[in-house]
Amino acid sequence: MSKMHLKMTVNGAEVETLAEPRELLIHVLRERLNLTGPHIGCDTSHCGACTVDMNGKSVKACTVVAAQANGASITTIEGLGTPDALHVLQRMFREHHGLQCGFCTPGMITRAWRLLQENPNPTEEEVRFGMSGNLCRCTGYQNIVKSILAAAAEMNAVKEAAE
Amino acid sequence: MIPGHFEYHRPTDVASALGILATHGDEARALAGGHSLIPMMKLRMAAVGHLVDLQAIPELRGIEVGPGRIRIGAMVTQADIIAHAGLTAAAPILAETALMIADPQVRNMGTIGGNVANGDPGNDMPALMQCLDASFELRGPEGARTVKARAFYESAYVTARSDDELLTAVSFAPTGGGYAYEKQKRKVGDYATAAAAVILTRAGATCASASIAMTNLADTPVWAEAAGAALVGTPVDAAAIKAAVAAMRAAISPTGDNRGPVAFKHHVAGAVLGHAIARAWSRA
Ligand SMILES: Cc1cc2nc3c(=O)[nH]c(=O)nc-3n(C[C@H](O)[C@H](O)[C@H](O)COP(=O)(O)OP(=O)(O)OC[C@H]3O[C@@H](n4cnc5c(N)ncnc54)[C@H](O)[C@@H]3O)c2cc1C
Ligand code: FES
Ligand code: FES
Repeated sequence: MSKMHLKMTVNGAEVETLAEPRELLIHVLRERLNLTGPHIGCDTSHCGACTVDMNGKSVKACTVVAAQANGASITTIEGLGTPDALHVLQRMFREHHGLQCGFCTPGMITRAWRLLQENPNPTEEEVRFGMSGNLCRCTGYQNIVKSILAAAAEMNAVKEAAE
Repeated sequence: MIPGHFEYHRPTDVASALGILATHGDEARALAGGHSLIPMMKLRMAAVGHLVDLQAIPELRGIEVGPGRIRIGAMVTQADIIAHAGLTAAAPILAETALMIADPQVRNMGTIGGNVANGDPGNDMPALMQCLDASFELRGPEGARTVKARAFYESAYVTARSDDELLTAVSFAPTGGGYAYEKQKRKVGDYATAAAAVILTRAGATCASASIAMTNLADTPVWAEAAGAALVGTPVDAAAIKAAVAAMRAAISPTGDNRGPVAFKHHVAGAVLGHAIARAWSRA
């Protein structure tokens, strides 16, 4: 079947690849661009393990076809931090034990990253509501919420210090 | 799970989109947010030869809040609805309902046009639109026409829209008085076991007008005219709510499924409607 030329901005870099229009964005990212941070948990739009940022919004990459994402700007967990320079959220998930097996974590952090831009100072309830599209089978969520609140506090403290 | 093959189109105006739909007939299908259609295509329950993506059509976006009329473009997302302060001031039941749909990621993609055009009895916006007595604007090769939400739904996935038409906008009057959308679901991301939309107004101690519609309790949304009428002229006391619930129950025809048997659906429908009426009245 004929492929299309896909052009996207992924983690700040212009990328081009050939893909069938029907491929899912999650497959394009994982299999064509080797960005295996976003995971496939359920493949049915429920778990959020595949969460990436598309044009400034959190989306489930298993429910977007490649053609829809043509021209889009995408951020994945790989765009947030590196092993040597972790993002605050990544540091806080480590510090507060916000993960166990880690399967849900890239989606959790990518979603939380957008949530904290939408609402830099969320209450615990707002974190839980804002994270309701991401499932975790291990942690029971307590420490995920704690990690996100701690990241928000640190990000706000850094912002205040800069002002 | 990957959808079957399709040819992809991304027109930039409604006229070109209609042209593509006309050329390919029932082979072609509009794609809005894709959050009903893509899961169906992944399951191979929907086969689409030509996918007409509406994302690049500016005419289909925008929320206009006028003094007598509110108009929402088909491609406005549930997240856009929630974020729009003017809309929430003029008709707060929109955001209240949108917040009960799925989760943030789904609401970022799912559109009002897709939600009402889909024809899935599980969708929440259709009953809301019937409660509001909204009108749907359709455009096709023969031009534009308007169909009332209360006349739009024929059976599951069958609506008054023909294959060569697009739904371009929904419109309705601003609401005064009390409102509530009450939904019972098993978990985040589940469709309603039962849900109720209620809008009412108060004159002194009694109810002056009321409109009630129900989600996922028949193969279409159900506007329960008699249930609304049962509240009018009453002080919306326990007896009036009981009468409204009885009238609503006479209008629904739920089927048993993994959300429960028929008797349970009737029970939950009564419970959500009772709560919705009480909340709407407390806000009136
Ligand atoms: C996990 C999950 C949970 C969900 N839970 C709920 C829920 O509780 N309640 C609820 O209401 N919805 C729910 N949804 C569905 C979601 O709200 C959908 O996004 C919505 O039903 C359809 O909107 P869409 O923009 O995604 O449409 P699409 O999926 O793109 O389209 C749906 C159908 O409408 C047609 N269509 C779309 N736009 C137009 C148009 N402008 N003119 C003509 N035809 C058009 C398409 O051809 C298709 O047949 C859920 C979805 C998911 C993935
Ligand atoms: S893999 Fe996309 S939501 Fe689970
Ligand atoms: S840490 Fe294992 S699924 Fe969340």
